[in-house]
Amino acid sequence: MSAVIEEHHDHHDHKPTGIGRWLFSTNHKDIGTMYLWFSFIMFFIGGALALVIRAELFEPGLQFVEPELFNQLTTLHGLIMVFGVIMPAFVGLANWMIPMMIGAPDMALPRMNNWSFWLLPGAFGLLIASLVMSLMGMGSAPNFGWTFYAPLSTTYGPASTDYFIFSVHMMGISSIMGAINIIATIMNMRAPGMTYMKMPIFVWTWFITAYLLIAVMPVLAGVVTMMLTDRHFGTSFFNAAGGGDPVLFQHVFWFFGHPEVYIMILPSFGIISQIVPTFARKKIFGYSSMVYATASIAFLSFIVWAHHMFTTGMPVAGELFFMYATMLIAVPTGVKVFNWVSTMWRGSLSFETPMLFAIAFIFLFTIGGFTGLMLCIVPADFQYHDTYFVVAHFHYVLVTGAAFGIMAGVYYWIPKWTGNMYDETLGKWHFWLSVISVNVLFFPMHFLGLAGMPRRIPDYSLQFAEFNAVASIGAFVFGFTQLIFLYNVIKTARGKTSVKATSQVWEGAEGLEWTLPSPAPFHSFTTPPQVK
Amino acid sequence: MSTTNHGEYFIPEPSKWPVIGTIALVTTVIGAVHTIHAGELNWLLPIGFLLIAYLFFGWFGAVIDESMGGHYNAQVDKSFRIGMLWFIFSEVMFFAAFFGALFYARVFALDWLGGGGNNAATHEYLWPAFNAIWPVLSNPDNTKFAPPAEAMGASGLPAFNTAVLLASSVTVTIAHHGLRANHRKPLIIWLAITVALGVSFLFLQAEEYMHAYEQMGLTLDSGIYGSTFFMLTGFHGFHVTMGTTMLLVMLIRSIKGHFTSDNHFAFEAVAWYWHFVDVVWLGLYIFVYWL
Ligand code: HEM
Ligand SMILES: [Cu+2]
Repeated sequence: MSAVIEEHHDHHDHKPTGIGRWLFSTNHKDIGTMYLWFSFIMFFIGGALALVIRAELFEPGLQFVEPELFNQLTTLHGLIMVFGVIMPAFVGLANWMIPMMIGAPDMALPRMNNWSFWLLPGAFGLLIASLVMSLMGMGSAPNFGWTFYAPLSTTYGPASTDYFIFSVHMMGISSIMGAINIIATIMNMRAPGMTYMKMPIFVWTWFITAYLLIAVMPVLAGVVTMMLTDRHFGTSFFNAAGGGDPVLFQHVFWFFGHPEVYIMILPSFGIISQIVPTFARKKIFGYSSMVYATASIAFLSFIVWAHHMFTTGMPVAGELFFMYATMLIAVPTGVKVFNWVSTMWRGSLSFETPMLFAIAFIFLFTIGGFTGLMLCIVPADFQYHDTYFVVAHFHYVLVTGAAFGIMAGVYYWIPKWTGNMYDETLGKWHFWLSVISVNVLFFPMHFLGLAGMPRRIPDYSLQFAEFNAVASIGAFVFGFTQLIFLYNVIKTARGKTSVKATSQVWEGAEGLEWTLPSPAPFHSFTTPPQVK
Repeated sequence: MSTTNHGEYFIPEPSKWPVIGTIALVTTVIGAVHTIHAGELNWLLPIGFLLIAYLFFGWFGAVIDESMGGHYNAQVDKSFRIGMLWFIFSEVMFFAAFFGALFYARVFALDWLGGGGNNAATHEYLWPAFNAIWPVLSNPDNTKFAPPAEAMGASGLPAFNTAVLLASSVTVTIAHHGLRANHRKPLIIWLAITVALGVSFLFLQAEEYMHAYEQMGLTLDSGIYGSTFFMLTGFHGFHVTMGTTMLLVMLIRSIKGHFTSDNHFAFEAVAWYWHFVDVVWLGLYIFVYWL
């Protein structure tokens, strides 16, 4: 018996078994799977918080939650969705796909890869524990919004703020190591012949995203460290009485924060750039302009941060600079949208679920981009700032942008991961219910914001009632629709669907990942493939 | 440590260290929060530190074993190099946040508190007695933040420490040349001198801190000048401590004969790190002490 196990152990393509397979993994696919499931679980936790928020906002007055708890819910919702859902999902997809796309056996630094993942349950355990304790009546969870402005988070922050600070540190370590790993993989593990300008766009967008991550996550670590010392060790970075300035907090935070929003969209750009050519059965239009556009967006994202602070107070020259610099971003973004549309132009299109999500992405993300342009006009932003208009803007770019991109990617690649086709009918139900309900949910928020409804409040005046009720209905439909997605993923993973996937999977798919069998072998390419 | 051969590639076997790393950090964090708040789980902090030490010994030990066992090919070496390089870049950005805070405070925050720009009213209503002068020897509200009696000069000890650190960058380079030429004796001697210089720097900085706290009233909580001074030099000092420890490990490994003239990535990584710490110090010396 043991001899058999020994022999199995020596086998070339063995998978470790039991819990140890996951705890001690050095395999990019297993680690990718853990990232994706982590993100999925967080998606439902963050989503549950959002539904409580929307239930409270269904009608004016206070119904379900006290204002104090409401603040904690919005804070945790934002933090979980940004750091616990979108970012880990992208890293999960990177783990799965980048080695296969560039013809590598695994990531460059597999052990560190596993640590990057396992830090996340630790970090979010601390964060979510503070909410659970708050619900049990043991002090408040973080309640200052996902942007944790000083002095709300310094002078007035609850005790749990310190757990929040360290949890951000852990997320930062995780992201930096993940990014370094992705950079090393892309620079060093490409198959012979896979020159930079032959890399799939998804690899390119992640390459650039990884640089954004290592540039700004340390700044985030710096700002929470200053918070910590301001709170407990008497420094006065954000306290004017000692010669500091609370506005400094906002500058440092948004120096991280704006590149962060591009960290949350560039990989989705990459996913869409893989999917659209496949289902248009054409090569991507303007490959190199896609690469340059992504790089310009990344560069510009470092010099626009103060568009979040137009009403905070800045010299007029600053307001103007940040306004024009922000407007510039629309140019490379426009290039990308143009290229996706041109790729579809006169292609032989078919509309499987990944393509449906991709097309919805192109439409709806563009709406979010346009509202961004409205927001970056200084005098207009004085009116829109801190209203539901901003909430509408960033949910269009983040939900129908980043999250739809992830969903598209999951449908697109899950046959490769599991060897099984997902259930197309369920996929279509998921798509149509999502795309309708998400607009019911977020489109009215534009009108609410233009009419002056402030964000981050548990109660509002009567004239906002109708649109809020509509938005809440959309929220519940959207939330429960995601259970279809969950069911479809589980069904596919367990092989309960009737159709097995071929290695090509999609008729129009091109690239190294589609030359591997489905499901892909445990170690992707053990000898480098030759790329012409 | 056994490794499986995957064609031409090296992939490490499953490893327990990442999970131990997470347990170590979570323990440390809970312990740290309880220490700050005088909570009852404060004993977790030293345990967390021990776990981190165990992590470093174990994980790096495993890597050293693999490296000595000849498992690493040129590709792994290059991955390590890329990793170290971008890790140092991320450290640069960490310091950039604190330098940014310093510049912002000096250029904008103080000026505006003193009535600069269109802030005459701010000045008048908040702290009309405040004068915007750097170094800040009188805070806007001296009852909340007791100001320092004097500022830290650039000459004397800080200048000497600059020389110490610059010299150590030179000595580590000489040691590296020795290693490349396969001359073990100069390698060990110059590396030992580098470690000694690192330790002296830390010792002198401790002296300086004591002087600041006891004689000058310059403390972490003496307003923005003290905040930026101690956070920048403090984090730098922490990095010097890390660097010196790493150099010490390299010294021990050199004595044990771990390195060859063409295979010594660990040594080079530590040398890069040490140069980085040196460059940060130059920035500090110019903007914190001198200008
Ligand atoms: C053409 C591109 C874009 C422009 C011009 C733009 C502009 C802006 C402006 C001016 C604001 C500040 C509004 C205010 O607070 O008054 C803002 C907020 C925001 N944007 Fe964008 N944006 C763009 C794209 C994106 C993308 C791609 C994302 C994320 C994927 C994003 C995420 C956010 C978020 C999360 C906020 C709100 C932050 C907060 O206060 O909580 N934006 N945007
Ligand atoms: Cu922004």
